[in-house]
Amino acid sequence: MLIGNLLAQAGMEQGLHVTFIPVYGAEMRGGTANCTVVVSSEPIGSPIVRRPQATIIMNQPSLDKFQPRLRPDGVQIVNASLVEQASLDPARRTVYIPANDMANSLGSPRMANMIALGAYLKATGCLPPDAVIDALDHVIPGHSRQLIPQNAEALRAGYAFSA
Amino acid sequence: MKSERILIKGNEAVAYAAIEAGCKCFFGYPITPQNEIPELLSKLMPENGGEFVQAESEVGAANMLLGAGACGVRAMTSTSGPGIDLMQEAISYMVGSQIPCVIVNMSRGGPGLGSIDASQADYYQATRGGAHGAGRTFVLAPSTCQECYDMVQEAFDIAFRYRTPVLVLGDAITGQIKEPVLCHPPVHVPDDKAGSWCLQGMGDRAPRLLKSVYLDDGALASHNELLEAKYKAMQADPRAECLDTDDAELVVAAFGSIGRIARSAVQLARASGHRVGLFRPQTLFPFPARELERLAAEGKRFLVIEQNAGQMVDDVRLAIRHHADADFFGVMPGIFVDADDLLTPILNCMRDAQ
Amino acid sequence: MNLHSEERLVFAAPSTLTDRQTHYCPGCHHGIATRLVAEVLEELGCIRQTIGVASVGCSVFTYNYILGDWVEAAHGRACATATGVKRARPDCTVFTYQGDGDLAAIGLNESLQAANRGERITVIFINNTLYGMTGGQMAPTSLIGQKTTTSPAGRSFRKEGAPIKMCELLAQLEGVAYAARCALDSVAHVNAAKRAIRKAFEVQHRDLGFGFVELLSGCPTNLHMTPLEANRRISEALIPCFPLGVYRDVTATEKAGA
Repeated sequence: MLIGNLLAQAGMEQGLHVTFIPVYGAEMRGGTANCTVVVSSEPIGSPIVRRPQATIIMNQPSLDKFQPRLRPDGVQIVNASLVEQASLDPARRTVYIPANDMANSLGSPRMANMIALGAYLKATGCLPPDAVIDALDHVIPGHSRQLIPQNAEALRAGYAFSA
Repeated sequence: MKSERILIKGNEAVAYAAIEAGCKCFFGYPITPQNEIPELLSKLMPENGGEFVQAESEVGAANMLLGAGACGVRAMTSTSGPGIDLMQEAISYMVGSQIPCVIVNMSRGGPGLGSIDASQADYYQATRGGAHGAGRTFVLAPSTCQECYDMVQEAFDIAFRYRTPVLVLGDAITGQIKEPVLCHPPVHVPDDKAGSWCLQGMGDRAPRLLKSVYLDDGALASHNELLEAKYKAMQADPRAECLDTDDAELVVAAFGSIGRIARSAVQLARASGHRVGLFRPQTLFPFPARELERLAAEGKRFLVIEQNAGQMVDDVRLAIRHHADADFFGVMPGIFVDADDLLTPILNCMRDAQ
Repeated sequence: MNLHSEERLVFAAPSTLTDRQTHYCPGCHHGIATRLVAEVLEELGCIRQTIGVASVGCSVFTYNYILGDWVEAAHGRACATATGVKRARPDCTVFTYQGDGDLAAIGLNESLQAANRGERITVIFINNTLYGMTGGQMAPTSLIGQKTTTSPAGRSFRKEGAPIKMCELLAQLEGVAYAARCALDSVAHVNAAKRAIRKAFEVQHRDLGFGFVELLSGCPTNLHMTPLEANRRISEALIPCFPLGVYRDVTATEKAGA
């Protein structure tokens, strides 16, 4: 949810059209959470995308659900720390990144999502990483503001990752 | 608030719009998927000199709204379908007593407890007057967060212009989606001209009474004639978004969140060479029938797409009845569809015509 | 001898009452209750800043008899509507005038919740143990054994429960500043009722909380009694079930503490 918000906020600050839609309510309590972000130079009709151009997959249940839906020309960022390599579809373009392990080695175990987002920005070229780092200010809640530098560091580490 | 784009949910846009529009009283009761509205207003209302009351029920909330509206104050409530059911009583009284107010329905699936997913099955309830006695309310249907913001502001103006409840009919998608919204104060300073009828204590003038009971011979008939004249006057205010309808063979009619998804489907169809356009009603009552009839008179065909089993399609068919009929594609409440899902029925419709 | 010089006005209608004949039946106590409210509003000098909320039942036409601005509420919702009025116009005196079916049956939740919020409103509650306007059906306040058009064998405790006692219920709620039960069957009781009504408005004016007065009343028409019999019923049957008295008064502790 946080990195979805961040991507949408950064897209908006770059003057682009964006939509963000979370799963919510009953679905939010239990099960895996997900959100859909659309970033476009054109006004956005459908905020709902059944077959995404790119996905960030943080855990195994999410891979099971979203890998089949990825467009053939799309790319998936998959968290190697929590997803079995054997379950990856070789026909899909995949960035297999050990996000949790990298976050742990940075001393910020909760920043695995930022590492994955950095890898996503690298793989898609959707937005420049600095634009996303600038948007952290609007998205990180006040009581966690001191964590912004760590978030930025993790995002850069993900962007610099090469398998 | 600064005039800049902020990334907020449709529900949050509703709350900010109410504050910017000078709403002074909000009465609400928790129900998903609109909880961000009362949550945000419980903070914003007192900060802006207004009153926030978490009512004991939607029955309570709507009847509080009646009381505040009777005082000529800009007042609002928000809820979702099951709450609208409970509000019908007060809505009927407010229509009858000509009390202005704004009611937001971020509708959900039904019947009964249904689900909290997207649904457009409250169209009939919204546009036919859901209560006894044939009252009508003005109905606005936003499809984006910006429209949530703009339409809620405008809803207050309309409410006072016609002295009527105004319904803003969104759904789980319009409420939960986040988009950039340009927040701005209302484009004109509202003069609600409520001084001539509102309750404020009689002071040195004659007493006033706002009521819906008319027992004297012929009194109720006259009152209903007055209300009917008002509904007729509203017919001057219908609005719809037209996209690529001029040269279209097929016009897709859809409202609210399905309207915006249909917009993407129409663009996909265009990209593959089909002459398809979109007609998206932004007011559901008054329904933009004249514009539709004009398109029908040009020989176009029509496909209505709704997230229900077919409700607005009745109004489309009535509008175009002298020239054409309309096909219908329904998405059942409780599922999420994307542009590809809506492209298929559009292409089927084009193929059938050939 | 000039007879005119001997004329002295000893009794007049309060200026807050309209000059209009009521629709109430002979022997009905609504007329007395309406007059008492009008007298209190005159004495408090607040009629020009008052907004009344009319309920559904025989009480619906109160707006025809007491001056001031009025709004008509839906059946049972007067306390919710009055909440909205008071929040929108906090400087106005706001009151409701409701019967027992309206306040204690269909509107019980709205009544209790407004009281519990401590809304600064005054509620005048006419308890005549039946639905008057619709033809004498059983009310939540009907007595055990009371025969009505919907309890022809008499209200049974087993099936319909006991009469609901609003003052006792409201006395539990901390938002209530004043709650009293009075009767309209004798001069002494009427005088006491007027003092209670005044108090129920004063707690609103002093921003102390919710003010409530229950008035035990007669309905000769639906009880199939003469006015005198209906009057006698109040002391013989109603008061033993609904004891008169002040059930909550936050100003009493204020005095005790002073």
